[in-house]
Amino acid sequence: MSNVRRWLMYVLVAALAVGLAACAAAPAAEAPAVAEAPAEQAAAEAPAAEGVPSGPLEIFSWWTTGGEVEALDAVYAIINERYPEIEIENAALVGGAGQGGAMKALLETRMMGGEPPDSFQVHLGRELIDSHVIADRMEPLDFLFEEEGLNDVFPQDLIDIASYEGHPYSVPINIHRSNMLWYSPERLAAAGVEAVPTTWDEFFVAAEKLKEVGIPAMGLGEADQTMAAHIFESILVSVFGPDDYRGLFDGSIGWDDARVTEALEILNKMFDYVNPDYLSVRQGEMVSAFATDEGVAMFISGDWSHGQLKAMGYTDYSWAPSPGTDGIFIVLSDSFGLPKNAPNRDNAIAFLKVVGSREGQDAFNPIKGSIPARVDGDPSLYDEYQLTAMDDFASNTLVPSIQHGAAAKQSFILDYDFAINEVAANRDVAKGQAMLVQAAEDAGFGE
Amino acid sequence: MLIALVVLAPSIFLVAIFIYGFIGWTFYISTVKWDSAVVDYTFVGLKNWQRLFNDARFHSDLRNHLLYALGFMSQCIVFGFLLAVLLDLRIKGEALFRTIFIFPFAVSGIVTGVAWRWLMQPTTGINLLFAAVGLENLQPSWFVHAKFGMLAVSIAAAWQFTGYVMALYLAGLRGISYELREAAAIDGADSFEIYRYVIIPLLAPVTFVVIVLTGMNSIRIFDLVAAMGGSGPAFATDTLAFNMYQTTFGSYRFSLGAAIGSFMILLSLFLVVPYLRSMRGEVER
Repeated sequence: MSNVRRWLMYVLVAALAVGLAACAAAPAAEAPAVAEAPAEQAAAEAPAAEGVPSGPLEIFSWWTTGGEVEALDAVYAIINERYPEIEIENAALVGGAGQGGAMKALLETRMMGGEPPDSFQVHLGRELIDSHVIADRMEPLDFLFEEEGLNDVFPQDLIDIASYEGHPYSVPINIHRSNMLWYSPERLAAAGVEAVPTTWDEFFVAAEKLKEVGIPAMGLGEADQTMAAHIFESILVSVFGPDDYRGLFDGSIGWDDARVTEALEILNKMFDYVNPDYLSVRQGEMVSAFATDEGVAMFISGDWSHGQLKAMGYTDYSWAPSPGTDGIFIVLSDSFGLPKNAPNRDNAIAFLKVVGSREGQDAFNPIKGSIPARVDGDPSLYDEYQLTAMDDFASNTLVPSIQHGAAAKQSFILDYDFAINEVAANRDVAKGQAMLVQAAEDAGFGE
Repeated sequence: MLIALVVLAPSIFLVAIFIYGFIGWTFYISTVKWDSAVVDYTFVGLKNWQRLFNDARFHSDLRNHLLYALGFMSQCIVFGFLLAVLLDLRIKGEALFRTIFIFPFAVSGIVTGVAWRWLMQPTTGINLLFAAVGLENLQPSWFVHAKFGMLAVSIAAAWQFTGYVMALYLAGLRGISYELREAAAIDGADSFEIYRYVIIPLLAPVTFVVIVLTGMNSIRIFDLVAAMGGSGPAFATDTLAFNMYQTTFGSYRFSLGAAIGSFMILLSLFLVVPYLRSMRGEVER
């Protein structure tokens, strides 16, 4: 008897649960609409509300390693100087690149919960637009661009990347180049390699020579499942050329193309010449090892590695465009935007003004190893590499980076990373390509 | 009966909303087309589930959970039991050893993961010790092994959980009266036979609890994986929870993430229902 009653109780509880779930559905669906109203009000009122910005200012970023931290601190120093009343809360978390690391996941949780930080780092391009602008979580920044005259100092191409339906949504702080080959002239010479390889065929000839003297030709830190994917975008560009490469993201060229196979074969062959522990080391660890006697001869990475090596005080290296990409600049840019409902909106705007200012960009970029997004940077502040990068930025063909959010949306990047990691781990080109084809289908390129 | 209902009403209400309500909500989300940062409640039926069951990553996850459960449960049960037996011999300093064995359980999963990530780094850590004692050829790649990386994660997990299992077994051992062992000894059983035919069968309820607890842990494992190798090379250390996290907050495919979460709930039921039934049996006894 007691069993029967107990079961009745269970049924009652279950019925209650279902009923409540149904009730819960309706209010949850309406919640975002309620949250938006005050934001628009704030947007209308705020420019009028004058006064000295004061109080907290929370900034999200994924800048946590050498070179990056110092660069961000330099920007904060300007804010402290201009607005002494602002208290900066630096909420930096690792894991921004590639597969939506810790910082992006936390950011997404906060944005969905209607508790955005005051401003956050985001890659210029599809990452910002698909993740946040289309979801109607960002304020357009036309007013800021006009007030600060930013329309005249950023190249138009860059403003176009930052814009959705004609409105800019974030302020680019820097420009990075993804397709750079960093190498040790000494180690190349030790193996009898006279010139740095400019094509993948030349690379494999050099790699064979390096193998004979026991030096891994290429450095790879694939523990985060992002670095091989970074390298692969430069291989794709070298095989496709800039125009057809762009076609991969508008649906005009399929990912089942034979040239994708060719690029994957090059990548797969490259794994024969990388440091043997590539699956277990992280990118930063590999770059640190490059600066010791045990390091690899070359590695392909964005020019933030220049900042990292500089911060370590290492100088015995040189650079070139990655094989087959001379004259092409795979571009990515970090930027900061203004979320709707930012708790300290005035402070956020003050921060964005510094980010977009010449002073802010010239403080940030020399340390970060990047170049300013503004065209009027002070050349005397930049080192030899950065000056060549500024020239290349002005003269080369610009194509968007996949891995760093400029070319495709976040979910594609994650799938793309996994496909390339599959090749890195199991050396299975066919399976990797099948995963890429599926990823492109899911991303809906060309729709 | 009425008073009982009134008194229990607030907690029933809260549990109904915050547990069962949200479980229901998750199931509902798994049937809509919310696959980007923009909320979309278009009903698509079981399309997300279909996609999930055809997903290679999901297949890897199931395989990984099986590998992990095998490694983790067997290590916990074997080592937990052995440690409990040793402590039950009433050796000197028992309290000290008990504390030492159970201590890892107090450490958070992230700390365990980071520590073991370094210990199991193929070029450093344990492998250097192997090389130092002449085992240069034994250099496993541990958690970055593209096939069996999950077993390495299970070692770290077992290190953390074995002490707790030991405590459970120790309590069970202390509950077995000395007379039973004596009687078996008088009947001519040697110590191995006493354990084999008297003690282990009497500890069956404890073993059952241990299986349920370690089984639940095997389904929801997340923190260790996140701290060690993430999804690992070619998903070698990917798990359902980690997949759900990345799918939801990395790719913004909320519906697919909800389907993974719902699947995990169903999987847990296989363990929880028998456990609840046995608890009920005990209460009524």
